[in-house]
Amino acid sequence: MEIKTCLLWAALACAMPQFAQTPAPTPAEGLTQAQLNARAKAQDVPEIPFESAPNFLKLPPNLYLGEGIGVATNSKGHIFVYTRSQATRLFEFDAKGNYQREIGEGLYGFAFAHAVRVDPEDNIWAVDEGSNMVIKFNPEGRVAMVLGRRPEPGEAAPLAPEPYTFNRPTDVAWDAAGNIFVADGYGNSRVVKYDKNGRFIASVGSKGGAPGQLNLPHTMATDAKGNVYVGDRSNSRIQVFDNDLTFKAIYDRVGAPWAVCISPGPHQYLYSSNSNPDSNNSLLNAVTGEIYKMELDGTVIGKFGHAGKNLGEFSTVHEIDCRNENELLVSEIVSWRVQKLTLHPVRRAQ
Amino acid sequence: MTGICGASTRACRVGTHADAFCPGAQERRVETRRGRHECLRHGMLIITLAMATSLCAQIAFDSAPDPLKLPERIHLGEAAGVATNSKGNLFVYTRTGGANATWGASRTFTHGGSRLFEFDRTGKFVREIGEGVYGFLFAQAVRVDANDHIWVVDRGSNMVIEFSPEGRIVKTLGRKPEAVSDAGRGGRGPNPGAGVPGDNFNRPTDVAWDRAGNIFVADGYGNARVAKFDRDGRFLKSWGSRGTGQGQFDLPLSLATDARGNVYVADRGNRRIQVFDNEGGFQREIANVGAPWAICISPGAHQYLYSSNSNEPNSMEGGEIYRLELDGTMLGKFGTAGKLLKEFGTVNEIDCRNPNELVVGEITNWRVQRLRLRP
Repeated sequence: MEIKTCLLWAALACAMPQFAQTPAPTPAEGLTQAQLNARAKAQDVPEIPFESAPNFLKLPPNLYLGEGIGVATNSKGHIFVYTRSQATRLFEFDAKGNYQREIGEGLYGFAFAHAVRVDPEDNIWAVDEGSNMVIKFNPEGRVAMVLGRRPEPGEAAPLAPEPYTFNRPTDVAWDAAGNIFVADGYGNSRVVKYDKNGRFIASVGSKGGAPGQLNLPHTMATDAKGNVYVGDRSNSRIQVFDNDLTFKAIYDRVGAPWAVCISPGPHQYLYSSNSNPDSNNSLLNAVTGEIYKMELDGTVIGKFGHAGKNLGEFSTVHEIDCRNENELLVSEIVSWRVQKLTLHPVRRAQ
Repeated sequence: MTGICGASTRACRVGTHADAFCPGAQERRVETRRGRHECLRHGMLIITLAMATSLCAQIAFDSAPDPLKLPERIHLGEAAGVATNSKGNLFVYTRTGGANATWGASRTFTHGGSRLFEFDRTGKFVREIGEGVYGFLFAQAVRVDANDHIWVVDRGSNMVIEFSPEGRIVKTLGRKPEAVSDAGRGGRGPNPGAGVPGDNFNRPTDVAWDRAGNIFVADGYGNARVAKFDRDGRFLKSWGSRGTGQGQFDLPLSLATDARGNVYVADRGNRRIQVFDNEGGFQREIANVGAPWAICISPGAHQYLYSSNSNEPNSMEGGEIYRLELDGTMLGKFGTAGKLLKEFGTVNEIDCRNPNELVVGEITNWRVQRLRLRP
């Protein structure tokens, strides 16, 4: 979508003599329209100081991460990384980043990684955009339940949303009762709710830009009350639904939410990454890449980071773990890595 | 009795959770015999549903938790096939692992192959059979014959493969299509493995034998027929074509023989089991069992017929397994669709070597359950 917008503006610029020499500038900002579209509306946001631990994950000599698609921690601080390597693979590390094991090697549902999350019982859930499946592993690493079904060879994805099949699903979350929410996803533009035993309860959403509609629900998180926060990426907004999937609110000031998470505890925070596009577009990289820290009501508290390939810079953050609100883990698509970030208190400008 | 007990009406598959997908508040979604969905008026179906379910004997049963102990690096995928041999060892033919390329509309995905595992009667992993075999593409069924030979039916490679008890290949039926243009999609489109009638199959589904060792192959998704071969694998005859009449099939998905050599064919799309004599002569049909996805016939002096009205992968309706006399008399049913223990996720094969200790393989739950019936 960003590319299309870009081309459109390039064409307009050529058609208008006064802008023929350079991409259309706006006098106040010096930014192209595409840059303005990608940039978050929230400006003058306090910067949160942070640092990134160097060489945090220690991999065995012959093991490599591919695109760092999913990252999540369990209650012991162990880290799970779901990566698009030559095969899609799921690795476990301890809290210090030492490699522990591979989970689900050769699994039928591992085709094209999208997200990994850990539920309150430390079950590990992988969301696979290629196999159209959500796979629950118990803490021992054995398959405990699967949702959706990998298409048979030669079988196309269903045209209409169905109760028990997905079309490129993106994320999973749970409420306190164990109900399961699936963001579904690239193909179906909806969120589906199942009970804890995997029985269909309800779904919400269709493709569009109206409130309650979704245009690429790419990431999702629940708060302690069971409200569901959906990163409606191509609409550049977070939509909040209650536990019955009734529309509640829109937060549209923090750019395109590629990855959201909600921290636990009595005071919960919402993090959302306005990730730079994975197309290596340097113009858009200049105005994106930061992560926002918000209250659950959408109030922006601060932001940190920007697009880049160095330590402490972000190259298309794809998942955030915020089990500890000041020690985040982020996985990145374009840089094949996971970073561990330590956030520090905001220095308030006087 | 049979008409009331069985799932002869579509109302048996009323979708209580599927209301959201029907436009009218008074409508509910049901699955038609061809697996499509439609919305019907609510009140009418409730009445029929009550008739269909309340008068059928429920068979009590248990399912053993974690019946299989898998090595750390081995996982089941869709458990398409399950079968036991005379020692009680269990064979599982599963869709899993092994990367092959699949070309999507805009991207390349990898997809798995299939693997055959053997477990002892306690569920302990014994070995893998046929690792990397040319014909293991998309598991459909596994059966064990009277001599403990293990037969695999592969829907992707269009092959039926006989293994000796030692796990070596004895005989192959059919031929895997050559993979020149579209590797990993065996059986799609024109290919040399789809002859009708003849030795070759088009997405076959099951295999059975009579006492003389003649081989019967359900063939299948592509050909809608049953093929008969002699014990040496020579083609004898085939019968059936696509349709709804006697002797015609709409997806013959499973088959079994009784001690007299009669052939029972699960005609899934037509929601009936058709019974043929040893030469393919039509004998009778058994309806009232929903859509038969998997059937088996127990051995011994008194043989029983089991048939699973498996839930469609995109539904959690139905799912019960029926126990019948060979003449079609309904004896009872058990189970329902779901993901918990004692619930079924699209049962694709049943082993009933012991008529009260069944093994079922499930597609959508990626598991095998060992069931003990208490009829």
